[in-house]
Amino acid sequence: MPGDTAGLEALRPRVVGDLSGLPRDVIGMRNLNSWGLVGFMLIEGMGFGLAAASVLYLASQGAGWPPGGVLPPDHLFGLIFTLGLLASEWPNRWLARRAHDHDLRAMRWGMVLMTLFGLALIGVRAFEFMHLNVHWAANAYGSVIWLLMVLHTTHLVTDVADTAVQAGWLFRRRIEEKQYSGAVDNCAYWDFVVVTWLPLYALIYWMPRLWGPA
Amino acid sequence: MAALDLNAPQADLAQDAAALDAIWRDPPGIRGFLTTVDHKRIAARYLVTTLALLVIAGILALDMRLQLSQPGLERMGPQAYNEAFTLHGSTMLFLVSVPVMEAMAIWLVPLMLGQRNLAYPRLTAYSYWLYLGGVLMLWVPHALGITPDLGWFQYPPLSGPAYGPGHRVDIWAQMITFTEVAALAASVNVAVTILKMRPPGMTLARMPLFLWAMLVTSVMTVLALPAVMLATSLLIADRLVSTQFFSPGAGGDVLLFQHIFWFFGHPEVYIIFIPAVGFVSAIVETFTRRAVFGYTVQVLAIISVGLLAFGLWVHHMFAVGLPRLGASFYTAASMAIALPIGLQIFSWIATIASGRPRFDTPLLWVTGFIATFVIGGLSGVMTASAPLDLQLTDTYFVVAHLHYVLIGGALFPLFGALTYWFPKATGRIMSEGWGKIAFWLVFVGFNIGFFPMHLLGLMGMPRRIYTYPAEAGWGTLNLVATAGMLIASLGAAIIVANAVISLRWGRRAGVDPWGGATLEWSCASPPPPWNFAATPVVASLTPGWEPPPRAVMTGLSLENREVLVTSVGDAVPEHRQPSPGPSIWPLLTALATALLFVGSIFTPWAVVWGSIPVAAALIGWFWPRTRPEEAQAEAP
Repeated sequence: MPGDTAGLEALRPRVVGDLSGLPRDVIGMRNLNSWGLVGFMLIEGMGFGLAAASVLYLASQGAGWPPGGVLPPDHLFGLIFTLGLLASEWPNRWLARRAHDHDLRAMRWGMVLMTLFGLALIGVRAFEFMHLNVHWAANAYGSVIWLLMVLHTTHLVTDVADTAVQAGWLFRRRIEEKQYSGAVDNCAYWDFVVVTWLPLYALIYWMPRLWGPA
Repeated sequence: MAALDLNAPQADLAQDAAALDAIWRDPPGIRGFLTTVDHKRIAARYLVTTLALLVIAGILALDMRLQLSQPGLERMGPQAYNEAFTLHGSTMLFLVSVPVMEAMAIWLVPLMLGQRNLAYPRLTAYSYWLYLGGVLMLWVPHALGITPDLGWFQYPPLSGPAYGPGHRVDIWAQMITFTEVAALAASVNVAVTILKMRPPGMTLARMPLFLWAMLVTSVMTVLALPAVMLATSLLIADRLVSTQFFSPGAGGDVLLFQHIFWFFGHPEVYIIFIPAVGFVSAIVETFTRRAVFGYTVQVLAIISVGLLAFGLWVHHMFAVGLPRLGASFYTAASMAIALPIGLQIFSWIATIASGRPRFDTPLLWVTGFIATFVIGGLSGVMTASAPLDLQLTDTYFVVAHLHYVLIGGALFPLFGALTYWFPKATGRIMSEGWGKIAFWLVFVGFNIGFFPMHLLGLMGMPRRIYTYPAEAGWGTLNLVATAGMLIASLGAAIIVANAVISLRWGRRAGVDPWGGATLEWSCASPPPPWNFAATPVVASLTPGWEPPPRAVMTGLSLENREVLVTSVGDAVPEHRQPSPGPSIWPLLTALATALLFVGSIFTPWAVVWGSIPVAAALIGWFWPRTRPEEAQAEAP
């Protein structure tokens, strides 16, 4: 169905500029997809923030944190995970720079390295779950500690899966220009996974030790 | 910005249009229907679905009004009544008000920006399919006799595992998850489009107020909706895997639910209202023939409403027993939000007073909005006061207040907006005569229907009761209220009939029937799949009122779908972004997501196993597809 164009002629469009010389593929915050990523980080960041606020709210109800008879999570695996996560930033930032500079070889192996790093961290995370010293159904403290862990683990697993899939795509004979900005964005998402963990780590592992029973 | 050079060589725009048609047109038939990423087609679906639900949930309201029209009626029992107000509230808030505004934005934002599509076309499609999932999630179980019955907010402990057996609560909770993911997807899409895809020359200071309103709304949505998803997820977890978030016996707290819910719930009111503010500004501008008075004040008011909206959720909880200081703080914050809104109202009145107003149907709806919304705002300031609220909460006074702000504040501007943009979307103008008759019926009927509820509330009539004894003395006012609703319903029926008849037999609209100031009035009605043959260049706040010739830029690809990306502040062209074409993956991903959501009502394992099809669908969605010119460049 052709639209009604009566009146369009009267506007007498005049071409004052040519956009064909603009670049087609850009990396970083000029790329639309990176903005979408920021949007989703805001959404998920709000989720983390509200979950953290729920921790403080429940703790302030006065039953002790953790409630009497419950031990705080064991330190060992939480510490290994946190140090490992921080260490992963070194290859991650390196990978982002290499991708930005269109170094395909470095990008391929960097993505493989980050996938392996991520898988190892997921392994450590499994041990963290085993040493939380509380079941989610035991009390509200247990529920909310598990909530923080599950929320973060979801992001961890999602990003490792993303990284693995993208790494696979990079080993095709010919890759598209957008794979470079995709890799840079994936590194930024890993930054998000790392940065959001730090306050959660404090809430899960340190707050119960500092707050203590009622 | 480039100076206008009338001697520059002119591209043949008509020839461009033919090339654009080849790359932007959807495949024909059912395939095109399922794979389209055209923002206009998706918005039309969204609008038809939301408006159909508005009618259905409106009929439910009428049913409840008939039940209350006389004391002691037994045509509905308490269970049926609980189900009716739960369905009415949940549908209106989650399936009508928010999505209808998203729908308008999905349709209008690219047109007002002179663009060919939104930033993330496939995400738009995904958003609609998920929203449709939310609609089915609530209404299919209702058809099967499983209807949520605890109100639109489902507070624990009533909704917890101990008192809410069966799946009524879970259905409600997952309906929320569907619709909120849909709204989040739409909001990120709209916000990025407004920030990064403005036409050359449309600096932030030259952005139409409707776009400011949608930008603020979208950011608010992104910040507020995670809260309700968290609230309902915790509720489902309590019910499904025995977490203890809301069980006081195990250190949990039922008020935590209310806090998280209202941290979403209050901004939600403004997420519905601020887009309406955008409609009002657009309509006032066009029908008074002058730019809106106090543009800067309007922008700052919209932003401050957006900020303040996050600081008043506790006024929904005055009756739960708060610390004195808390109650005082939230009273003050709730009253403070009346200031920026008051400034906006004065700006519109000043615009109408100093312009050359032409009271066509859209402007009539705006005047109806101003009158009604001021009453709703005043009763809002009353209920903002903690001591008064303690008396009025859970009475019909609150029912009156919330309908004055939601119907008067959001639906009246929406009806104005539908009338105003109908010619652009369909190429036909709705009948003005019937439009005016419908307006007066709805406006008068609404006020007869809802004003008496203030008095009923002051007389002590509680909300959410299915009947009342004759001795209470509420019979007459209730009968008046029901009569008013019937009058308003007649008006609503005329609006629907007017739209359907005008679609076929309405007067031809041409490109610009009202003399609008914004860019959507410089493309065909209805716009072709590619919207604009060339990218408009903007030099003022009201580009539609600049004398011809109109400055445009060409150079976007005529071989692939492409959109223009510009800088955030000054809209300087930065690069050309490929824009995805039709795809089945949004629908498949939505189906996989739906499987996960529905499954999680029955077993927590659905979240684990259900994520595999979702991941598979997403991999299909993002699977790299080489663009033709890339393949050429690398061919030996």
